Amino acid sequence: MDHFPTNWGRPRNDAFDAYGTYPIAQHPRNAVDVFADGVQRTQQPIVTGTSVLAIKYKDGIMMAADNLASYGSLARFKDVQRLHPVGDYTVIGAGGDMSDFQYIQQMLEELVTEEFASQDGHTLGPVEIHEYMSHVMYARRSKINPLWNSLVIGGFKNGKSFLSYVDLLGTTYTASTIATGYGSMIAQPLLRKAVEGNETTLTEEEALKIIESSMRVLFYRDARSINKFQVATITEKGATISESRHLETSWSFAEGIRGYGSQTQ
Amino acid sequence: MFRNTYDSDNTVFSPQGRLHQVEYALEAVKQGSAAVGLRSKTHSILLALKRSTGELASYQQKMFRIDDHVGIAIAGLTSDARVLSNFMRQHAMSSRMLFNRPVPVNRLVSAIADKAQVNTQEYGRRPYGVGFLVIGQDQTGPHLYEFSPSGNSYEYFAMSIGARSQSAKTYLEKHYKSFADCTLEELIKHGLHALRETLQQDKELTINNTSIGIVGPSSAHEEAVPPAGPFRILEGEKIQVFLDSMVPKDAPAPTTTAGDEDVQMAE
Amino acid sequence: MTSIGTGYDLSASTYSPDGRIFQVEYANKAVENSGTAIGLKVKDGVVLAVEKLVHSKLLVPGVNRRIHTVDKHIGLASAGLLADSRHLANRSRDEAVNYRETMHSPPQLKSVAERVGLYLQAYTLYSSVRPFGVSTILGGVDKNGPQLFVLEPSGTYHGYHGAAVGKGRQLAKTELEKLQLADLTMREAVMQAARIIYLVHEDAKEKEFELEMSWIGEETGNKHVPVPEDLLKEAETQAKAALEDFE
Repeated sequence: MDHFPTNWGRPRNDAFDAYGTYPIAQHPRNAVDVFADGVQRTQQPIVTGTSVLAIKYKDGIMMAADNLASYGSLARFKDVQRLHPVGDYTVIGAGGDMSDFQYIQQMLEELVTEEFASQDGHTLGPVEIHEYMSHVMYARRSKINPLWNSLVIGGFKNGKSFLSYVDLLGTTYTASTIATGYGSMIAQPLLRKAVEGNETTLTEEEALKIIESSMRVLFYRDARSINKFQVATITEKGATISESRHLETSWSFAEGIRGYGSQTQ
Repeated sequence: MFRNTYDSDNTVFSPQGRLHQVEYALEAVKQGSAAVGLRSKTHSILLALKRSTGELASYQQKMFRIDDHVGIAIAGLTSDARVLSNFMRQHAMSSRMLFNRPVPVNRLVSAIADKAQVNTQEYGRRPYGVGFLVIGQDQTGPHLYEFSPSGNSYEYFAMSIGARSQSAKTYLEKHYKSFADCTLEELIKHGLHALRETLQQDKELTINNTSIGIVGPSSAHEEAVPPAGPFRILEGEKIQVFLDSMVPKDAPAPTTTAGDEDVQMAE
Repeated sequence: MTSIGTGYDLSASTYSPDGRIFQVEYANKAVENSGTAIGLKVKDGVVLAVEKLVHSKLLVPGVNRRIHTVDKHIGLASAGLLADSRHLANRSRDEAVNYRETMHSPPQLKSVAERVGLYLQAYTLYSSVRPFGVSTILGGVDKNGPQLFVLEPSGTYHGYHGAAVGKGRQLAKTELEKLQLADLTMREAVMQAARIIYLVHEDAKEKEFELEMSWIGEETGNKHVPVPEDLLKEAETQAKAALEDFE
């Protein structure tokens, strides 16, 4: 109870109490309503990466993503790595908001460091990383504050390969081919046709060919992609992420397309 | 009233650098009836002696299941054990929930050890008055750990805690080198022999006062154990067959069983 | 003045008339009762070694570790109450993680040492807690090269080229001073560390012990890991041989 009657019903007012006669702690304050202006959460991603492709093959998992981070339709950053190793057995690839992905990388780095520090022979594999990420993504979406990504998690541990998908809604699934974003519409059918039923027989060369041709199709079709990408392989020997590579493409056919090349009629 | 000036409080070091309250807590463990743990290449087992307050009372529970792959035997204050085992269960469930992984047994034991350490350092608390033997299996095989109120935990080939556990320890020290290659039945026999050492003069092991906890593949005398060999507690009629396998204490040592001299029993 | 029976030694929040805090001194006594731990900062890394006293032959060798890993590039060896050292290792990890989160880079050793030093010191201020009964060696490699620090129960910490804590620290220090630490390689330091631990153990005529060693430097990819089994064996053989020559 405030026993200073002059305070009753008034905000602190320097015109009225210029010398601070009343102890600050006893001044009634205007109640602050944190919801007064409503609360706004992320409505859209800002700097974005496009598709991630991944397939199972004989020796493990192959994953690919291009090096572009777009700002809207602007090709803003052209040397961004969207494949990230987690521990010795797992690679995580991301489309969607790149700053959210960097946050995820940090979070996983912390997790792996903690695991390393226990130094008891137990390590996190792709299965554990997948489970963890699915909880993180679902928890964030349930706070209506999602991490705006679609993630592909691929790995190889104890003789078993693992490939899965987690997105900003917390949706998860595993499959022998996974494609996110634009690739889920354009590349997924191609991957399925080439891989399904052949997971245990595809060689690394064949797998690379499938990935390359799918990336080429995506580059032709996806306006948010570039002709520069990396390929990760995760096998018994561990995870490797390649240097950036380029694809030969030909655009001469475009001349014949009405509305693109010089007009013929 | 106190034995010395430095033993009334757990936040006080004695001039020798000792913590008397912690040492007294270790005594509380010795008040409880004994528990024995052993480990082979394939199994970890626990054996415990149950007490009852009289003919009309039931026997006090000595073993608790923590998760499919972990179980404990306790000696000391049962109520403290319930608090800690509850914590262990939560920890184990959180590992399954968060990572889809059965918690590594050493981390589970370290977690309660770290919890117990705090009670040796802060005012207004007392150290836990209970010791555990923890068995479990994970990716690195079967394990046996001891947890004590001092906040320490160690991994052992074999160990005993509780009243007169020193006698059991003597037995285990004599035979532990042979445990690694034992079958489950042999391991249990060793365990029963060790547990028997902790009995008072006129007592013996019965189906009523003995509990056996097992992690690892099924024995020939068990039924419907899943192939993964989850933690299970055997009590009552089910352990009669194991009690029967014991060599009577005063009997002469039997001749060596085929091909394995390690199995030789107490003289 | 003496401490016992005066009443000035019952709390960390009490000074004696001549300005000492006896509870902190008693905490140091707890350190002296435990096996020796040493650390060597050499040309290309850091080597940690502890004399782990084995209280039972039923213990599984090699698993009940007394050297902890704080971060990928930081190790912690301590002498004193084992449970306290685990507490401190956990706190050190938290500090290292916190540094990583705020700075987005691997923590520097001196920052971790300072933060853990502050934590230790806080436990010397109040009657509601007791000081830590451990002396701790923090070793690792950061952007400034190999680093070695010792933290005392009082919260003070200093950088060292070679450090020793625990029961045999005096003899160990004497031995460390004879070495040209800055010129040694990690492999040479492993041999020396093993020799010193064996020497101080022999001197104290204690019961059984196990040598535990870890290292961090270029050879380990700047990661703090246990010394490999074969090298540890070799170091032990050499240490035993050196001991026989000594006698």
